[in-house]
Amino acid sequence: MKFALFTGCVAKGATRELMLSTMKSAEGLGIEFVEMKSASCCGAGVVSEKNPLLADALNARTIAIAEEQGLDLVTICSTCQGILKKTECHVDSDPAYKEKVNTVLEEGGHQYAGGKVKIQHFANVLGTEEGLTLLRDKVKRPLTGLKTAAFYGCYVLRPSGLSLYEDPDNPTGMEEIFKILGATPVYYESRTKCCGFPIIMMNKDASHDMAGNALIDAIDSGADCVVTGCPLCHLSLDAYQPEIDKMNKKGCSIPILHLPQLVALALGYSPQELGMDKHIISTTRLDKILA
Amino acid sequence: MITFKIKRYNPEKQAEPYFEEFQLGETDDLTLLDCLNQIKWTLDGSLTYRMSCRSAICGSCAVKANGHAILACQKQASQLVKDNDTITLEPLGNMKPIKDLAVDFKPFWDKVDKVNPYLQSSKKPPEKETKQSPEQFKLIDDASTCIMCGACYSDCNVLEVDDNFLGPAALAKAQRFVQDSRDGETLARVKELSKPGGIWDCTHCGECVERCPKPAEPFDRIKEIMTVALEQGVTNNNGARHALSFTKSVKSSGSLNENIIPVESVGFFNVKGLFDLLPVGLRMLFKGKNPPILHKSIDDVEDVKRIYMELSE
Repeated sequence: MKFALFTGCVAKGATRELMLSTMKSAEGLGIEFVEMKSASCCGAGVVSEKNPLLADALNARTIAIAEEQGLDLVTICSTCQGILKKTECHVDSDPAYKEKVNTVLEEGGHQYAGGKVKIQHFANVLGTEEGLTLLRDKVKRPLTGLKTAAFYGCYVLRPSGLSLYEDPDNPTGMEEIFKILGATPVYYESRTKCCGFPIIMMNKDASHDMAGNALIDAIDSGADCVVTGCPLCHLSLDAYQPEIDKMNKKGCSIPILHLPQLVALALGYSPQELGMDKHIISTTRLDKILA
Repeated sequence: MITFKIKRYNPEKQAEPYFEEFQLGETDDLTLLDCLNQIKWTLDGSLTYRMSCRSAICGSCAVKANGHAILACQKQASQLVKDNDTITLEPLGNMKPIKDLAVDFKPFWDKVDKVNPYLQSSKKPPEKETKQSPEQFKLIDDASTCIMCGACYSDCNVLEVDDNFLGPAALAKAQRFVQDSRDGETLARVKELSKPGGIWDCTHCGECVERCPKPAEPFDRIKEIMTVALEQGVTNNNGARHALSFTKSVKSSGSLNENIIPVESVGFFNVKGLFDLLPVGLRMLFKGKNPPILHKSIDDVEDVKRIYMELSE
């Protein structure tokens, strides 16, 4: 399997362990990623607040680059995934708008064709029959006894029309991956909710409350760790967990893993090789379960 | 045979709500509302819920089915059946239940009132009708389809933790006037809507778009108000500063500079805001998790800059 990898900004910034573990997962699975080094930030639904056409032009340019590479595009961030799909939908559904966007792109040598490449989150790739077979063949260290709570990230689920999950209100894609890795999925209500990250600068208390409710739900459901496909969710749930812990009477403390870290652990990589020592909430308590 | 597991509540008889199960045999081609009527008419006359038009126009019959808000008259029961041929029904969320599936809409309507949901103009009333072009009408067409059913309000992730948020329905209603060519108070409206509890408190969860039974899709309307607020220069708040800083960062390097955006979002002179950023910043620094100090540009950033120039940004 060979894909154009759209890393997104956060995997190169505050969650470099996501990038590290993505490359380790790919190495272990024999997936080839060609990094899209000239692709811009997706705008995270924020650039479009300022100028919707600008956001669509930047993202159509990104998709056009994958088209030029002749490779399906893979994201490792739920937000990037949802935002690129939104642009694809805006441009594909309105020929006049598509022409307008392509006029903007023309001078840079790019043209968005549409319908030529798939835009998928890494979790969607792993969730295909081919991906699941590959995982099954390559698991070296089954994660037996590890209870994992998926936290999907809003943008891969809603709007459901753009989601790659069959039932975005009740997705099972991540849990299917957990099972193949030998872990035990924990199903809890908050797994499809918002982590609160988008308003962390505007309404901190509400943001931390949202994250806290999700974490407490996962803990009460018996999870040993939360696993997310979105680095923004990771920041909200991990980097800010000390604040969240203080805000909650019951308190909460639970390690947060990136999906590629969980995958690479099962492929035999060590936590250090996957940057798990960089997390704010220590993951060492998982070592005992995995020993 | 479908089992309807319905959350019952009657504070005059029992303080705590409880679930009661009802079974219907012939449910082919029946909407969920038809089924509720069947239960009420044939099994338990005390079952309480709101309904009127039966055709997704009045917005009365929104309830939670299997955890998510829907209009009971808009879905076939057979489409909603989960494991064990069961549909779980609860009152809408984020509002206080009054009895069974009926909730108190007062906070919902109070928030709609807060956005002044009527045209405001200092001009004399026109003698004839005011004409709008199709393009002008298109800007407010989607929000105009809102039927005030409360489905978006019920499933809004922010309202679950913050009562102060105006919520998706009131903000969609606000957009309908912010972008109405006949309204004369655009600036005053976006100033008010940029305050805490307004547009910038929306967390992008998309639940409102997912639950909306009409094209009103509040999240998209909220984003339209944000664009107008920035165009109007209403930028003295964290949400607007964040959008501007983010857009600027992508212009200069093609990617996000996570070291700068938090600082620019709270504002350089906001001592308390900057102080609040310290714990998480230091924590990340000690773990070696801070974004690189030397921010790297993407390859061919010049093309990104050219696109910005072309779009006058």
